[in-house]
Amino acid sequence: MACRVLVLVGTRKGAFLLESDESRAQWELRGPFCEGWNVYRAIHDVDSDPARPAIYVAAHSEWHGPAIWRSHDLGASWEHSSEGLAYDESSELRLSKVSGLAAGHGRLLAGAEAAGLFESRDDGATWSLITTLDDQPGRADWNVPGNQPPGHLGLPGLLLDPDDPDRFWIVVQGFGAFETTDAGRTWTPRNRGLRADWPREHEEVGFCVHKLVMSPADHERLYQQNHVGVHRSDDAGRSWTEITEGLPSEFGFAAAAHPHDRDGFYVIPLDGGHGRVMPEGRAAVWRTRDAGASWERLSRGLPQEDAYVGVLREGMAIDDLAKPGLYFGTSTGQLFASADEGDSWQLIADYLPGIASVEVAVLD
Amino acid sequence: MADVHLPATLPPLFEGLPRRLDVEAASVGEALAALDARWPGLLDRVCEPAAGGPVLRPHIRVFVDGERAELGTPLAAGSRLDVIAAISGG
Repeated sequence: MACRVLVLVGTRKGAFLLESDESRAQWELRGPFCEGWNVYRAIHDVDSDPARPAIYVAAHSEWHGPAIWRSHDLGASWEHSSEGLAYDESSELRLSKVSGLAAGHGRLLAGAEAAGLFESRDDGATWSLITTLDDQPGRADWNVPGNQPPGHLGLPGLLLDPDDPDRFWIVVQGFGAFETTDAGRTWTPRNRGLRADWPREHEEVGFCVHKLVMSPADHERLYQQNHVGVHRSDDAGRSWTEITEGLPSEFGFAAAAHPHDRDGFYVIPLDGGHGRVMPEGRAAVWRTRDAGASWERLSRGLPQEDAYVGVLREGMAIDDLAKPGLYFGTSTGQLFASADEGDSWQLIADYLPGIASVEVAVLD
Repeated sequence: MADVHLPATLPPLFEGLPRRLDVEAASVGEALAALDARWPGLLDRVCEPAAGGPVLRPHIRVFVDGERAELGTPLAAGSRLDVIAAISGG
């Protein structure tokens, strides 16, 4: 049976859906959804009924606060809720936004700013706080406004273990990655071997993990794009090896792991200064097929002149078809797609609001 | 009965919610709670938790008969309650 390929795009002014078939040659765009709210993450639950695919959107309104939106009919209708998605009135923490969202094992996880982790077991209708990681080293500094970058995301990174519902990883912005093996009751920093070019008060934390991904082909194999460098782990994050050499910049946000090849991995290097755009205004995605031993620049079909575009941490996704398709969205509203593992690219949407999140779902 | 006016940003979020309606309530907070009872979740869109109880979200303003008000501000019969989405963003 022919499949449908759905790209979920989260922008500063709502969510959009693009749909194609397996060829991924022609795309139809729908949206904006979620009433033009600022979308940090839009995802599809791969475990949901294909006849009723679940889409979830973490979004924020300047007026009406944060909420998780959900649709079970590919965007035709939406509901939203933030019931329980707040810190207790006695807490010193205030929830400004939900920046991380993941679905799997019959539940939703949401990462918030100030940094905290929430879960829902009723399709996003109600939420409960799992943890604010109070016993972790450096925790006292996490939510101090003076320590935060502009647009602080709090806890934007969530990575589920496909095999074990009690095990997952989170990223606390500016402090690092943490693993739980007991559904969030206890946590262990997983930053050993990472580099930091700044003073740190604690040995295990103080690292700036931008995007953490797992190889679907080998669940012990993780990759990350860090503020300083690209890194690989062969032991599920217990130790890290830097694989930056060969890339034009150590800085970037987005990352994607090849769905079938554990040694295949993609990043989008950016200028690491204030600009944080494609180096020299020439757009490119970089690919390794040997776990980071070497890198190749992929740019066919991408603008090679005056393309000062950036891509944010959730701005790239890869599908799991036999010949995987790759997608990335820019913070200035262009969406590019490749149907051949990044070898060639086409612009499939332009003039969108700034893109924060790109996800892809293949529906059979 | 208060004459409640809501911002244009709210009705798209709740099926059947009008921009203007009459609500039986003795205070601003009661009026919003009455709306939340009929359209669950509405209170979360205009208030957030805080020490000492919920407060209006930072970019939401309310006025009673043209005067800046808070959740505890009383409503009289025939009061006009305006809920405003303050100028914010771009």
